[in-house]
Amino acid sequence: MKLSGADLLITCLKEQGVDTIFGYPGGAVLDIYDALYRDGTINHVLTAHEQGASHAADGYARKTGKVGVCFATSGPGATNLVTGIATAYMDSIPLVAVTGNVGLNFLGRDSFQEVDICGITMPITKHNFIVKDISELAEAIRDAFFIANSGRKGPVLIDILKNVQTQTIDYEPIEKMTYVPKQISASNVEQIARALNKAERPLIMAGGGIIAAEAEEELLAFAKKMGAPVAMTMMGLGSIPSSDALSLGMIGMHGTHASAKACLTADTIIAVGTRFSDRVALNRDKFAAGRKVIQIDIDAAEINKNVSVDYSLLGDVKVALQELLPLIEVKDRTQWTNGCIERKRDDVVKAPIEAYKILKAASKIFPVDTPVATDVGQHQMWTAQFYPIEFPRQLATSGGLGTMGYGMGAAMGMCYGSGMKKTILVTGDGSFNMNMNELSTMVTHNLPIVILLMNNSVLGMVRQWQKIFYERRFSQTTLQKKTDYVKFAESFGATGLTIASEEDIVPVLKQALAAEGPVLVDCKISPDDNALPMIKPGQTYETQIDTME
Amino acid sequence: MQYTISALVTNRSGVLTKISGLFSRRGFNIESLSVCNTEDPNLSRMTIVLNGDDYTLEQMIKQMDKVIEVKKIMQAEENESIFRELLLIKVSAAPEIRNQIVEIKEIYKAKVVDLSPESMILELTGEPNKLDAFIRVIQPYGILEMARTGVTALTRGEKCIKDVASYEDIIM
Repeated sequence: MKLSGADLLITCLKEQGVDTIFGYPGGAVLDIYDALYRDGTINHVLTAHEQGASHAADGYARKTGKVGVCFATSGPGATNLVTGIATAYMDSIPLVAVTGNVGLNFLGRDSFQEVDICGITMPITKHNFIVKDISELAEAIRDAFFIANSGRKGPVLIDILKNVQTQTIDYEPIEKMTYVPKQISASNVEQIARALNKAERPLIMAGGGIIAAEAEEELLAFAKKMGAPVAMTMMGLGSIPSSDALSLGMIGMHGTHASAKACLTADTIIAVGTRFSDRVALNRDKFAAGRKVIQIDIDAAEINKNVSVDYSLLGDVKVALQELLPLIEVKDRTQWTNGCIERKRDDVVKAPIEAYKILKAASKIFPVDTPVATDVGQHQMWTAQFYPIEFPRQLATSGGLGTMGYGMGAAMGMCYGSGMKKTILVTGDGSFNMNMNELSTMVTHNLPIVILLMNNSVLGMVRQWQKIFYERRFSQTTLQKKTDYVKFAESFGATGLTIASEEDIVPVLKQALAAEGPVLVDCKISPDDNALPMIKPGQTYETQIDTME
Repeated sequence: MQYTISALVTNRSGVLTKISGLFSRRGFNIESLSVCNTEDPNLSRMTIVLNGDDYTLEQMIKQMDKVIEVKKIMQAEENESIFRELLLIKVSAAPEIRNQIVEIKEIYKAKVVDLSPESMILELTGEPNKLDAFIRVIQPYGILEMARTGVTALTRGEKCIKDVASYEDIIM
């Protein structure tokens, strides 16, 4: 069967099981969009901006575990994807971004809407391809999907020249390549098991690798058999239910007291699928000093990169935990475990801030498995701290890159990925203003997304740092916006609601849950609330602070 | 410390940019980088000399190993490898001093590859420190310009870079 490059792309995407694409058409992808139109079986979501499409594909991937797909045209279309691609790269999210480019005759001549998107995305993709000849197209697409969703996952970009889209070639179907992680050498596993069995006070640090490898069941079984409490990095939230006794909540800069204390008193730290980022380890030299560190990760380059470890196991964390489990000797560590669990009382909030009340109420009113997306800032930390994440893939948040503006796209992706479940986006007025144009997309597609806009009229997190480190000189962090968010929502065709006092919380959230389509809830909160506890950058876990005074 | 790393990479445009971009992004300080064809037309061989410590060496090998186009990578260990570099050096060589330069090049087994009334081009192959020594001796005569290829290396014996297990081999 002879196919044009554009038809071949659509055919190969279907071969890979793609059913949803987020994108935006333009000159260099006209043929691709024509092929999409003629095919008619793939759901294409037209966003307001390519950045929204890239974040939506990311949110979709986080929710489903499948590869997220986004389309953009050449030049500005392609550069608008950059932030989304970088966000996915930092959080190891499988994404395939397809861009068009000018034809071969025009390439390298500074033609209209020409950019070297492969050059631009080289440091923020796991791999990228520029397809200049149709004979390379099918293989590039198949490889892109395999690379994106195997090993340490990540985004892949395919730049397809315009001439390739119209050339024709014989199409031969090929079965989708599946990634089967390798077994780990038995001697390595035994060595780690010996180290684990010696531990008196083990603490598990679970990262995004657990979610990526879908190793949550293995993790829970491992933690139970070890008698080890689990602290989760932000990327790892959901690896064990926050309601599980062994969960100590989030670890790191804004982590719980319980996780910080456990980290300080453990004799062995077992890091699974986490990379000791500076927001977790803070001071990489002192973080685990005097304790044994065991690291299990799929990426060899992460072993010893930030924190020097005593033992390491290279491989898929699901496979690793499966192989380790039978070698774990049951040992009585109840005193240690119970001590850690008891210390969770230190995290009971005594003077709840408004965001706390809203998030807690939402978690009770909305179904327990509600997909939650966040933007970046204080509201993100509050969500990570207060919203109970019970399931893997329940939370989509930009961890590594810290992308303000991520949330609107991500929430759409989560919503599609969950089969149109009611989805919550927790955002701030700073982040929301970056990509609020996507509210129009939510309305067009009648997406059941409830946007909890934590409106404190300041850039809260930056302001918080200005309080701590810059003697309260609030340079450019006071947003003097006069936006009426309810009217804004209504003008877009969405429902607009306001939470202005504590009494509003429950009825308004119930109204938001019952409403059809997107709802924007303007939650008026104080500009002076802080994300606490906090450990200052570069400091150790002993220096966790609870107040800004 | 200086370390030498050999890598087999896919012979494609953009690979060199990707590798050199990785070096600058991660702050790896490179002394030299040479790229050449191999017995397999699909693969190129890169030889990189790194200035750094053990940490940087480990990170560089692991980070490079993750690049999809890097198929094999290994450290060329000091005692188990042959290192060679080629030097072309143009020296000012007026007729009255020409004999002295010829005497030096005899000792170093360099070759005269070009001669003009006032200058001479010499060619020398060897380990980098031999080239350094030669340059030091030639320096006083006036070096007009020079080009060094950067080090290239092969492991002694039957062991080949093809036999090294790559990161991908371990996890997939």
